[in-house]
Amino acid sequence: MLIKLYKIQQYNHHKTFQKPFHSHTRNDAGRGNIKAGTRKIKVVRRVLDVNDAIAQQNRELFAKKGVFVINVMSSPGSGKTAILEKALSYLMPKIKCAVIVGDICTSNDADRLAVSGAPVVQVNTDAFGGDCHLAAHVIKTAVNNFELEDIDLLIVENLGNLVCPAEFDIGEDLRVVVLSVTEGEDKPVKYPLMFRVCDATLLNKIDLLPHLDYDRQAAVKYIRQVHSDMPIFEISAKTEAGFGPWIDWLKQKISRKLN
Amino acid sequence: MHEMGIAMEIVEIATASIPAGMKGQRVERVNLKIGKLSAVVPENLRFCFEIVAKDTPLCNAELNIEEVPVVVRCRDCHSQETINEPVFACRKCSSGSVEVISGRELDINSIEITDEGEPDADKTI
Repeated sequence: MLIKLYKIQQYNHHKTFQKPFHSHTRNDAGRGNIKAGTRKIKVVRRVLDVNDAIAQQNRELFAKKGVFVINVMSSPGSGKTAILEKALSYLMPKIKCAVIVGDICTSNDADRLAVSGAPVVQVNTDAFGGDCHLAAHVIKTAVNNFELEDIDLLIVENLGNLVCPAEFDIGEDLRVVVLSVTEGEDKPVKYPLMFRVCDATLLNKIDLLPHLDYDRQAAVKYIRQVHSDMPIFEISAKTEAGFGPWIDWLKQKISRKLN
Repeated sequence: MHEMGIAMEIVEIATASIPAGMKGQRVERVNLKIGKLSAVVPENLRFCFEIVAKDTPLCNAELNIEEVPVVVRCRDCHSQETINEPVFACRKCSSGSVEVISGRELDINSIEITDEGEPDADKTI
């Protein structure tokens, strides 16, 4: 049985390090409903509703301009950039692509992706407060750098992080998570929200399988546990193994929106 | 991980929700609903909130967090149940085709503001 520490440390707003600012000695019966001496104001808003509203504006803009948007997420080092470098060579020039790539620092990934000839915008989130994800307003600003009429597919390479990007809608059509076989098989159950909100998993670096004790059946089992009908593409960005099925799947999704 | 940003949004929304006639009053409590599937850890959020609430009407306000369990509904047999582990499947018919109907909440339900003149009065409005 696991003991979750944060549950033991029940929050108490009379903890010694906090200044008590009201008394519980009266009106204890009403506690939980409303505090003594206060007036309750109904709010009922999603905390992220500003992000959601901008994501919706992005979605409408992309629909109007005929752009399909894919959001690629994963932990750091799973091979997102390598996959996208290869994917661009499969998709272009027939499908006109553009890329937004998010990192806390450096333009290394953008430099690599720009070799494809696609326009690339690097977002360094330290300018946006060192964030751990790309929010909708960042995408809204970044797309101003493109002529959206000339783009069919906008690829967003999110920051390497399996937690926060899952929570932020950016106005995309498709979400893909990359899991590499050098990571734990149980990542999907450790980060269930990410695998729940994505439309497909790319199981990358399968060229390394002969050298690893990786249990790929276990990985697939864990993915299915969280998202039973999610397509799983076993690929290698290095050898391009498995690229056929995943690129075909992506093309199908794009043409379903744009045609 | 992004609790600081969430805490800032909470302060902004709560401040904007103070009725015009009650400007200058302190917010005593913020009632939140946070789903267990959301990427927010309540303890971290409280820590960040204390920092960002300083010098705002929410300074010293209590975050009253109601954690919402993850509930799924089966698309095949339509049964509904709470899940406590990351196994998104129907326990009745074993179908994996389930819809998450709660557990992703990240909502502000209400704020409680000092009622002027009787800050410690024993009344409920």
